[in-house]
Amino acid sequence: MGIEEKLPAGFLLSTVEGLAGYMRKASMWPVTFGLACCAIEMMAVGTPDYDIARFGMERFSATPRQADLMIVAGRVSQKMAPVVRQVYDQMPNPKWVISMGVCASSGGMFNNYAIVQGVDHIIPVDIYLPGCPPRPQMLLNAIIELHKQVQSTPLGVNRVAAARAAEEAALQATPTHQMKGLLA
Amino acid sequence: MNPYVPILFMLGLGFAFAALSVGASLVVGPKRYNRAKLEAYECGIQPSPHPAGGGRVPIKYYLTAMLFIIFDIESVFLYPFAVAFNRLGLFALVEMVLFILTVFVAYAYVWRRGGLEWD
Repeated sequence: MGIEEKLPAGFLLSTVEGLAGYMRKASMWPVTFGLACCAIEMMAVGTPDYDIARFGMERFSATPRQADLMIVAGRVSQKMAPVVRQVYDQMPNPKWVISMGVCASSGGMFNNYAIVQGVDHIIPVDIYLPGCPPRPQMLLNAIIELHKQVQSTPLGVNRVAAARAAEEAALQATPTHQMKGLLA
Repeated sequence: MNPYVPILFMLGLGFAFAALSVGASLVVGPKRYNRAKLEAYECGIQPSPHPAGGGRVPIKYYLTAMLFIIFDIESVFLYPFAVAFNRLGLFALVEMVLFILTVFVAYAYVWRRGGLEWD
């Protein structure tokens, strides 16, 4: 920009939002929340073949107190639901959630009374990742998408304005039960 | 200047950095209260209730500690004897045997009175 050209060599300018976003995304520690089969794919992402360590995320912390990201990998049963909520509550802010696989996103193939039909009934989700199970590359793609979101999160006054704009957009959008799909 | 003064300075600097970090985060950081954040982490379930003050501690721990002190002090006396006894002659041997017999009386008493039973 204009200022950087006039400064002597060796200076780099950035914004507080950019710096905070970079620091938040650069070593986001996931909490170990592998529930079912998707956990195997999550473990595979930890292997050197797909390597989650290049994002600084190889340290899956068992305690939610030191975790930033909750990858809900697997189906959430009705018995497990309060556990999911308690672990999510015990994570300090800022925290993000990826619901990995179709069972965490919407109940998946288990359309019954025993499985919670989507973990977003319990906790707010940032990225939904379909797949049964999603391949490790798909999980990495979801993580990269989340990193893009985290890098560009507005802070302070911008955050309030973005929240207000999101609320406006949600109020203007068509409600789910009136969505007609491609045939209408 | 004493060559070790910079170490003391580094110590002070480290302490000041820690204090500044904690203080700054207390002042500047957001406070988002959530009851679960203050509860003990018990893998997601509600933590089991503990009695206030730690509850009643069983007396057997005190008894074990007392017995340890007595016999540990005895063994401390035995260490230098064990190292030097071949230079000390008969007098030291008789002396040490009398000492061990004295403590052995205490040991026999504890044994017969059930002090070595854990439950």
